Amino acid sequence: MWLAILVAAVGCYALKLAGLSLPQRVLANPSVERIADFIPVALLAALIAVQVWSAGPSLAIDARTAALAFAVAALLLRAPFLVVVIGAAVVAALVRLV
Amino acid sequence: MSLPSLPGAERSAIIRDAIAVGVATGAYGISFGAVAVSSGLSILQACALSLLVFTGASQFAFIGVIAAGGAPMSGAMTAILLGTRNALYGLRLAPLLQWPGVRRVAAAQILIDESTAMSANRDSVSAARLGFLSTGLAVFVLWNAATLAGALAGTAIGDPRTYGLDAAVGAAFLALLWPSLAVRRNQVVAVLAAAVALGLVPFTAAGVPVLAAGGIALLAGLLRRPVEER
Repeated sequence: MWLAILVAAVGCYALKLAGLSLPQRVLANPSVERIADFIPVALLAALIAVQVWSAGPSLAIDARTAALAFAVAALLLRAPFLVVVIGAAVVAALVRLV
Repeated sequence: MSLPSLPGAERSAIIRDAIAVGVATGAYGISFGAVAVSSGLSILQACALSLLVFTGASQFAFIGVIAAGGAPMSGAMTAILLGTRNALYGLRLAPLLQWPGVRRVAAAQILIDESTAMSANRDSVSAARLGFLSTGLAVFVLWNAATLAGALAGTAIGDPRTYGLDAAVGAAFLALLWPSLAVRRNQVVAVLAAAVALGLVPFTAAGVPVLAAGGIALLAGLLRRPVEER
């Protein structure tokens, strides 16, 4: 675990420093810029899906789906970040109580 | 330094905003600390992530993979892939901050979403630097303090599922993703990536589905090119 934490730390720091140090023309390559824009979108979407609908090696629809539905509604209503996150936790906890 | 100094009112406005942003992300750091220990990390490991990795989405991705039962190294790889976004921020900020050598090496650690947002829109080098430093430092201090508090609380409350903390992570990721979804092609990439990840869940080790979904970004970035050039 510690090794993985160090690898993540070094990797993330190197990316930050590289951004501040690389020549500006790197951005001029349209493929690089598009891929860099798509990476967070793809990873976040995949993380959401796995976080909400997987239970070990199988797929499941449970209280987390209700929490995500709340989050969508809250974001549509332009609720602040903390309301979205805490509200989702509360919804999941309530659904599990029922 | 021979930069013109900022008027007092502008200085205090920038610092006030920085502290507000720091408090908001600090509150979010509490949930990171709590979810980290409930995912199986020690308090020390949760704090090390906040101190050393210091970029929220990557940290949540790391513990998300661990919580799903994935290998720590796939967690690290997912965290690094998500961290590529900071390199992009750096490229955009470099001409604005104009920091040489050693200062740049030190500033790099606090290059994150918030410090970028609070410096990218300034109209002078002094204002950009102040926005960057004050926001970066405010978030750094409060995020780390909050992680420790959250980790301590997390060990105290037991099973995080009782409080729905496991569901909060998905909501946090969705809130981070939300602004990008205003663009049509991002919606397509997001749906495809989610579908690929879910499709792989039953057949691969935990952690692999999310990394594989990164391939969608690669494909989408490369495939769009010919269409645009025509």
